[in-house]
Amino acid sequence: MTEMLTGRKERIDRLAGDASVGRSLWSEAFRRMRRSPVAITGAVLVAAFLLLAAFAPLIAPHSATERFPQLLQDLRADHIPGAQPGFPLGSDQLGHDLFSRLLLASQQTLLVAVAATVFGMAVGMLIGGTAGALGGWVDNVLMRLVDVLLSFPSLLLAISIAALFSQGSQWTVIIAVSTVAVPVFARLLRGSMLAQRHSEYVLAARATGVKPAAIVFRHMLPNSLGPVLVQATLTLAISILEAAALSYLGLGDPNPDRAEWGLMLANAQRYFDVSPQLSFYPAIAIIVVALGFTLLGESMREALDPKNRR
Amino acid sequence: MLRFTVRRMLQAIPTLFILSILIFAWLRSLPGGPATALLGDKATPEKIEALNHVMGLDRPLWEQYLGFLGRMATGDFGNSLISADPVLAEIGRCFPATIELSIVALLIAVGAGIPLGYLAARYRGGVLDNLTVGVSLIGVAVPVFFTGLMLKYVFAIQLGWLPPSGRLDPQIDATHITGFAVLDGLLTGEYDAAWDATLHLILPAVALSSIPMAAIVRITRAAVLDVLNEDYVRTANAKGLDARTVRGRHVLRNAMLPVSTTVGLQIGLLLAGAVLTEKVFNWGGIGSLIAQGIERHDYPRLQALILLAALVYVVMNLLVDISYAIIDPRVRVR
Repeated sequence: MTEMLTGRKERIDRLAGDASVGRSLWSEAFRRMRRSPVAITGAVLVAAFLLLAAFAPLIAPHSATERFPQLLQDLRADHIPGAQPGFPLGSDQLGHDLFSRLLLASQQTLLVAVAATVFGMAVGMLIGGTAGALGGWVDNVLMRLVDVLLSFPSLLLAISIAALFSQGSQWTVIIAVSTVAVPVFARLLRGSMLAQRHSEYVLAARATGVKPAAIVFRHMLPNSLGPVLVQATLTLAISILEAAALSYLGLGDPNPDRAEWGLMLANAQRYFDVSPQLSFYPAIAIIVVALGFTLLGESMREALDPKNRR
Repeated sequence: MLRFTVRRMLQAIPTLFILSILIFAWLRSLPGGPATALLGDKATPEKIEALNHVMGLDRPLWEQYLGFLGRMATGDFGNSLISADPVLAEIGRCFPATIELSIVALLIAVGAGIPLGYLAARYRGGVLDNLTVGVSLIGVAVPVFFTGLMLKYVFAIQLGWLPPSGRLDPQIDATHITGFAVLDGLLTGEYDAAWDATLHLILPAVALSSIPMAAIVRITRAAVLDVLNEDYVRTANAKGLDARTVRGRHVLRNAMLPVSTTVGLQIGLLLAGAVLTEKVFNWGGIGSLIAQGIERHDYPRLQALILLAALVYVVMNLLVDISYAIIDPRVRVR
């Protein structure tokens, strides 16, 4: 009985929600995400990662770059010291504290992912926005270029760009990974803006004499925000994975002291037979974080999809 | 059909044209120019100037570009800096290994992915459905080289069931005809070589297949669900057609349309994934050429490989579009 009642109440609530102007697409989407286990899992993983990155220096018992004599004395090519007092996960291949490095590396991984996504998004939106707002031959030329970039497998493109630099570094990885994201954002924003061109609110704004620039910034861009945000969340996951792949191929920062999950995984390869956990820990960290962003992005896409609006 | 094919082929030309400009620009933008890249940082200015003259780098840009186009068209990509062999010969030597790996990986992905996606959709919400959707979601977040390393660790190092790397046991003296190790063994009647090559192929192919598999499962599931809701399926069921006929002729056939595009598009991803997988298993194909070229800054080799990868990708897209038009007649009219 109570079940039936709550069921009805919800149905009425929903009707009210549809009728009221106050309930925007966003609050609607947020409400739906709060009920989805996929969204909650993704959000929890992402939140845990962000907290970890923020408080890593407080939690980590040691620095990421200090090499400890008590670890180094047992360190040989065929033996890497395991867990011992003060070093919960033991040593890495250079005598660092593996536990502290794993924690502190979250900050570098976050930096690479965020920087690559922000650059890719900014340039991509600039190109896509220009094409979508101006149309005509500008649109044609820009989109031809974007399509060529898009027609190339993204990882191969990232490899080609990263290989351009004679010396790999964190920034060459960021440049390569963000360049790959540019065409995706460009295509997305352009498509979204073109779709709005003939929408009623844009026509109404134009008819009432609103300046074209104001139409673009006040009406079209805010309405394109949803898909762009979804793509940005997914790009964070892709960036982490692509950066790891570039590091694995030797295109990352050559400094072995540097603590970043992709690099740690790449540098641990040679010791895989001796100490597979050196590879497992950073790999699992990468997988969990990439999974978190993917789940969050996919559930956002689902929640923002007007087809799923009830 | 012929008109569609020709039109679609003509459309590929501008793409290739822009691509050639990008690769040309890529080489010009190397730090210090191609001559410095070839000779190394320690080269004297005189030497660089001499090489610039030999390579025609002191001539106007458009002339250089035309020369570049001409050389590409005749297959002259220069010599590798590492082996000093013509790049094209190197690629020819290593290409079969990558093709063999990619084809087997794609076969595994299609052979397992389509039935899995179909069953997941048919028993929607069931255990198998949740499991496939879950695994394919997680699969997106797992780097392919880690999948490879795990497989290698479990099945080669711990269990010792399969060889950890390479394409053939060095003790086996196999005859090479086509460069496809398994096929060569079968053709020459050296069955032990064919068997050994097959064993070597299993782990890398399974690892590489994880990339297209996740996408194929998801698309097949979504496509089958879409088709199940179509009016013509309801009609077919309503007019009393045998359930098996409905599934085979109406559901599966129509659902294959988006799946076939996905499979085609996955081939480009396979190429990129092969670079990483080949490094894990020391496979000795195109991926190994790329990885080694990166390490040693072998620009002529990289340029040729990138152009080749792009060409393969453009041709694959073309074939996908044409096959799409064969499967779905509506596409031809558009």
